Amino acid sequence: MKYLDEFSNPDLAKNLLDQIHSATTQSWALMEVCGGQTHSIIRHGIDQLLPEGLEMIHGPGCPVCVTPLEIIDKALAIAALDNVIFCSFGDMLRVPGSRQDLFMIKSCGGDVRVVYSPLDALNIARQNPDKEVVFFGIGFETTAPANAMTVYQAKRLGIKNFSMLVSHVLVPPAMAAIMESPTCRVQGFLAAGHVCSVMGTSEYPPLAQRYRVPIVVTGFEPLDILEGIRRTVIQLEEGRHELENAYPRAVQAEGNIPAMTMLREVFEVTDRTWRGIGMIPQSGWKLSNQYLDLDAEQRFDVADIHTDESTLCRSGEVLQGLIKPHECAAFGKECTPRKPLGATMVSSEGACAAYYAYRRLDVVDAR
Amino acid sequence: MCLAIPGRVLSIDNVDDVLMAEVDFGTVRKKVCMMYIPDVLVGEYVIVHVGFAIQRLDEESALETLADFRKLGILKDELGDGFTLAARQAGIDQGTGR
Repeated sequence: MKYLDEFSNPDLAKNLLDQIHSATTQSWALMEVCGGQTHSIIRHGIDQLLPEGLEMIHGPGCPVCVTPLEIIDKALAIAALDNVIFCSFGDMLRVPGSRQDLFMIKSCGGDVRVVYSPLDALNIARQNPDKEVVFFGIGFETTAPANAMTVYQAKRLGIKNFSMLVSHVLVPPAMAAIMESPTCRVQGFLAAGHVCSVMGTSEYPPLAQRYRVPIVVTGFEPLDILEGIRRTVIQLEEGRHELENAYPRAVQAEGNIPAMTMLREVFEVTDRTWRGIGMIPQSGWKLSNQYLDLDAEQRFDVADIHTDESTLCRSGEVLQGLIKPHECAAFGKECTPRKPLGATMVSSEGACAAYYAYRRLDVVDAR
Repeated sequence: MCLAIPGRVLSIDNVDDVLMAEVDFGTVRKKVCMMYIPDVLVGEYVIVHVGFAIQRLDEESALETLADFRKLGILKDELGDGFTLAARQAGIDQGTGR
């Protein structure tokens, strides 16, 4: 238990681990949905502290990683235009498109700006009325309320030179797609805490029942993750498959009602292609018809995009939990954070980046 | 990117009919939109994602989480300058391109 002293409360961590060890009588495979949880698990070596046979499978909850290549290429095409200020969260800058990334566009003279909040992009639009200002609106349900409010305010304030390139993804349909896959090994889920802070928990009991799989809403700190694992294992051992909320300090069952109201106002559900995974029905949000005039895909001529994905990169299998990052032959060789082949090596939430940051020396030893 | 960071509401303003607050994250302060927690009071703690408060949090939990995140370098990653972070990851200096 070499990492235990790094926990904020080592005694509590040891207690939770003891309970997990004594409860576990057979092999189980759990998936943590969210990439932030993956990083916490790998960074603190939580997977190495678990009983033998209790496996953590890393899920697809890295929005940067699953944003489709076609949308990335559209972003790059728009960002390269002369009269455009292209605004993005910092995570997207180094995500590889077919040939370039946003960082390269900037170094070639494109006006690419990193913003903390999408509302900052709206302010940039107001300050630059002679420019087209485009915000790259990606993310899961946690991020969507911010983007929805920004679109809503742009329309309300009549800011004509602002638009958004939208590619939102939704967690519950992805969990269903994972369970439907013939190669699925997942027997229990740690659901993403902050997604549920926004959306509440009502979408999960039907999933737990339909797929007979425990779902435990879990936070991001190491102790939260141990508690999520403990509760999931106990359900599995007792033959239960229910929704539990192990993160009540930040998640209420009803979610954030004003945020959900705004989401329904601005977005509508759509089929979405997930990078590396493929199309998942009804798994995304796009701007609804009354906001189409703020849709960057409508405003700019980017329909004719030809994508070209790396043939070496196995990030799709990583995102589906079919392989661990170091099982890809390119890991740490052709593919590093400096020269990433796939988005999972770039994002602060990507599983490949987590293994590279915290495990690559172990992996090299194993090879 | 789905991480929300706890912070304490220092002041609340109405800017163009949008509720905006000054929020203290311990090491930095940011302007945060409060439209999704419209009844928030000065002094309360909220969790903030990309400049929007999405839920309330009790003070004890907020301070514990903030201390944890600071120790792990998460505050710098989430609230720091995105270009500097990306440039460091790419192994290049900001502004010099590649």
